Amino acid sequence: MLRVGPALLALTTLAALTGCAAATPATASGITKQATVDVYAAASLTDVFTQLGTEFEAGHPGVKVTLTFAGSSELAAQINELAPADVFASANEAQMEVAREHILGGPQVFTQNALAIAIANGNPLGIRSLADLARKDVVTVLCAEQVPCGSAAAALFAAARVRVSPASEEANVTDVLGKVASGEADAGLVYVTDLARAHGVEGIAIPNTEAAANRYPIAVMDTGDAPDAAASFVAFVESAQGQAVLTAAGFQGAS
Amino acid sequence: MTSHLPRWMAALAVAGATLVLLPIAGVLTRVDWSDFGAQVTSPQALTALGLSLRTALVATVACLVIGVPLGYVLAVMRSRWKAVLRALVLAPLVLPPVVGGLALLYAFGRRGLLGGTFEALGISIAFSTAAVVMAQTFVALPFMVLTTESAIAARGTRQESIARMYGASRTRTFAWVTLPALLPALAAGTVLAFARAIGEFGATLTFAGSLEGVTRTAPLEIYLQREIDPGAAVALSLVLLIVAVAVVAVAYRPLTRKSAT
Repeated sequence: MLRVGPALLALTTLAALTGCAAATPATASGITKQATVDVYAAASLTDVFTQLGTEFEAGHPGVKVTLTFAGSSELAAQINELAPADVFASANEAQMEVAREHILGGPQVFTQNALAIAIANGNPLGIRSLADLARKDVVTVLCAEQVPCGSAAAALFAAARVRVSPASEEANVTDVLGKVASGEADAGLVYVTDLARAHGVEGIAIPNTEAAANRYPIAVMDTGDAPDAAASFVAFVESAQGQAVLTAAGFQGAS
Repeated sequence: MTSHLPRWMAALAVAGATLVLLPIAGVLTRVDWSDFGAQVTSPQALTALGLSLRTALVATVACLVIGVPLGYVLAVMRSRWKAVLRALVLAPLVLPPVVGGLALLYAFGRRGLLGGTFEALGISIAFSTAAVVMAQTFVALPFMVLTTESAIAARGTRQESIARMYGASRTRTFAWVTLPALLPALAAGTVLAFARAIGEFGATLTFAGSLEGVTRTAPLEIYLQREIDPGAAVALSLVLLIVAVAVVAVAYRPLTRKSAT
């Protein structure tokens, strides 16, 4: 017969091992010599926050910034599952609201991002405005309305009184950009800042997008272990130096 | 049999089982049972499940129609290229799903190898249900090819030679001699191909897009809902989990019985 004694032993050993990993001593709160700020930021902030992290570390010796990038809704869900975030920067206010109960300080809106039309290089179909996305010969791809880029797009179309039947409703803006870049779709709505770093696509600015622009809030979260260092990172993002990095990448001012 | 099993191996087996069973238990703990019925019968969930069922069935039939001949060819082929061909044909089995999607795009997309041909014929595969079926067939085909090939290779072609000697045509020999002998293997291959097709995600997302009722199958619906309504995503995940367990139970039952006797 199978005896379970050794098996149980193995299991307890396993549990002990994983327990050890989880119980690494928490760093004391406050800016100590080895403070690490865990920043969870929306995927659209990848380039700018990487640069901001480096600049912040240069000005704050002994503080290390680790960055996690993903869709805002995914990050909010992770924080609600107690991921060790010190700072959360979301691509819209709705997702900050999802993680509300873990906010320690804030949130403040620190930047805005508008939508633009992404088209194939050379614009073979002569697309000029939102109305062209409703043309029968134009294959348009959007974000699903339930995610930030999709709700912003829906607001834009409503304001412009344009009805579009998208060929696909993607779960995030990267997939929209991918469909246009690969040539499967003729046009899509993406963030201005996505266009700045994309290859194989061109962008068309949309007039009066401010109304539908995404407001990005940032907050210090109670899931992390370095709230003081986190607060100074947030202050740095809102400083003139931080805002300059954002504007250079195509983001707009906070107000 | 268990009496010869080294004790340390039993311990490792328990660790292995835990690794698989704990995540399944994790899904179960997150299901909101009071809401489960409503979540899996919501219009979006039913549309996604219905689309998954229809596309996976068509993909499974496609796998039977082209996979069995391909498996047969591989089994009887005598060429030094056989190993290379087999490796290439079975690659989707281990290919990362996104890579599969990109590969399909480069072959059948608007800018792909056959894109111009399709456009000239007035066929547009992009963002259509046909693209979903192609992605599913692409990833499920290896299961059918593999089961057919090993079944034919295991029993040899002696009976076929006899049938041909008595004057039966090739097609008649296949229909009356080869096919009946292959049935158990084909049943297993069919169930596995169906399961793989219904679980297809990455290639569909990359190649077909995501539109309710057209290309958004159950796995893509879970991917979207997971960010908006995690409860609905969990409920739908449980449905697919049950399908997966049922399929594996059916597909592997005959094999275990045989080895037990």
